[in-house]
Amino acid sequence: MTERPGFMGYRRPDGRVGTRNHVLVVPTVICSSLVAERIAAAALPLGTAVPHLAGCGQLGPDMRVTHDTLAAYCAHPNVGAVVVVALGCEQVIAQHLAKTAKRHGKLAEIVAIQAEGGTVRATAKGARIAQGFAGVLATEEREWCDISDLVLSLKCGGSDYTSGLASNPTLGRVTDRLVELGGSAVLGEIAEIMGAEHVLAARATRPATATKLIQIITRVETEARSLGLDIRGTQPSPGNIRGGLTTIEEKSLGATHKGGERAPLEDVVAYAAPITRKGLTVMDTPGLDVESVTGMVGGGAQVVVFTTGLGTPTGNPIAPVLKITGNARTARQMADNIDLDVSAIMDDSETLDAAADRLFAEVLAVASGRQTAAERLGHREFAIHRRNPTI
Amino acid sequence: MKAVLVISARDNVATALEQLERDRRLEVNGEALVVRETIPPGHKIALHAIDAGEPVIKYGSPIGLASAAIGAGAHVHTHNVSSGRGRGDLANPPDGEPAPRLAEPDDRDDLAGPVRSSREIV
Repeated sequence: MTERPGFMGYRRPDGRVGTRNHVLVVPTVICSSLVAERIAAAALPLGTAVPHLAGCGQLGPDMRVTHDTLAAYCAHPNVGAVVVVALGCEQVIAQHLAKTAKRHGKLAEIVAIQAEGGTVRATAKGARIAQGFAGVLATEEREWCDISDLVLSLKCGGSDYTSGLASNPTLGRVTDRLVELGGSAVLGEIAEIMGAEHVLAARATRPATATKLIQIITRVETEARSLGLDIRGTQPSPGNIRGGLTTIEEKSLGATHKGGERAPLEDVVAYAAPITRKGLTVMDTPGLDVESVTGMVGGGAQVVVFTTGLGTPTGNPIAPVLKITGNARTARQMADNIDLDVSAIMDDSETLDAAADRLFAEVLAVASGRQTAAERLGHREFAIHRRNPTI
Repeated sequence: MKAVLVISARDNVATALEQLERDRRLEVNGEALVVRETIPPGHKIALHAIDAGEPVIKYGSPIGLASAAIGAGAHVHTHNVSSGRGRGDLANPPDGEPAPRLAEPDDRDDLAGPVRSSREIV
């Protein structure tokens, strides 16, 4: 019997497994974002911040999404310790975020800019705390974790015709294999399922899951209609169209290949909500790359595989983002952003199965600590999805 | 290397894997196909004639409706295929009716395009 695949990860007190061990510096509000970034920079390489534009002036569900997304990052297994940077008068409650981190067994402290007496003092205090946390985390060691502990985020961006023919089906094979071994995968970008919903709905294990998928796709389509606008201005994007993609249906059918051909659709969840089931989950995220990756990582994904045709730099503050392309020109021209070149599929000199073997091995290596191109370049994009106007 | 790729047996379009020049003779799944016009790599070629209003099929599924008659060997793209999804600009188009032709994304400066339209809104 062959040994089960796995990776070297950080086992957390709450039972989850991390692929990184970051000191996360979380601003509660846009007003404390710069201080948070400076504190994280003082605790490199483990320090990482999630600067954002929200946290105040938001109503109802939008406020909830901001809070829940920040809390999800505080609870994330790729995070070992948390410094919450508050202003003092904002809506997001710093204590809630710190408590969430502690409940998941992480070190956590709060620094409040108003209480500390300004930017300089708050930055100095936060930096001391973050450096102390980094010292503790640096002594923690990775241990062997089974592949079923992995939650893989499936993402595509800057798609062209090679995405649907090479990189997405390569990733789809990895998804099928991961799910067969008991792991989890999450697919976002509802607008990019539009036109391919029948493919995923047919694999739903419960009728309610298929219904939920169709409902959120209908909601996104109704929203686009209610604006009186043509979704074709953005879906497909101008670059997609130059690359040969004609309609959203064509883009979606190619994009949905990332979810594999067999993996059962087990769940449909809200933006940044916890991914609790093994198998394939669809998350209700927009198509915008950074908002989408931010949400899927919030849901618990510890590694992101990002397929691209035209090339794109996107990373994430706490999860490695692994780039794969089927476009030989992109692999050459944007070599510093690309981790895996599967363009040999396009001229039949590599099979999809062979490319999937390489990607599978790369995913496990990255989960075990190998840096991705996005990490090496310092790409840590973060954006919380917003639905309503700022009040 | 193949010049074109047909993904599903149900498809009525194929993907060009290299630039196809006019009058080039191809053999696709045992049938002759003459290229009608230049088709860039990654773009689609019609495997047979598609009437206006008929679905265009790729990956074995409809990717939109032909907005004009498409001849065998013709370039299939935004100028002759229209999506029926997420179209707030159309007031409830009747099912099956080809969507009206709109501005061609290929005809405009891609960067100037969105700016121009937001100015219109303002």
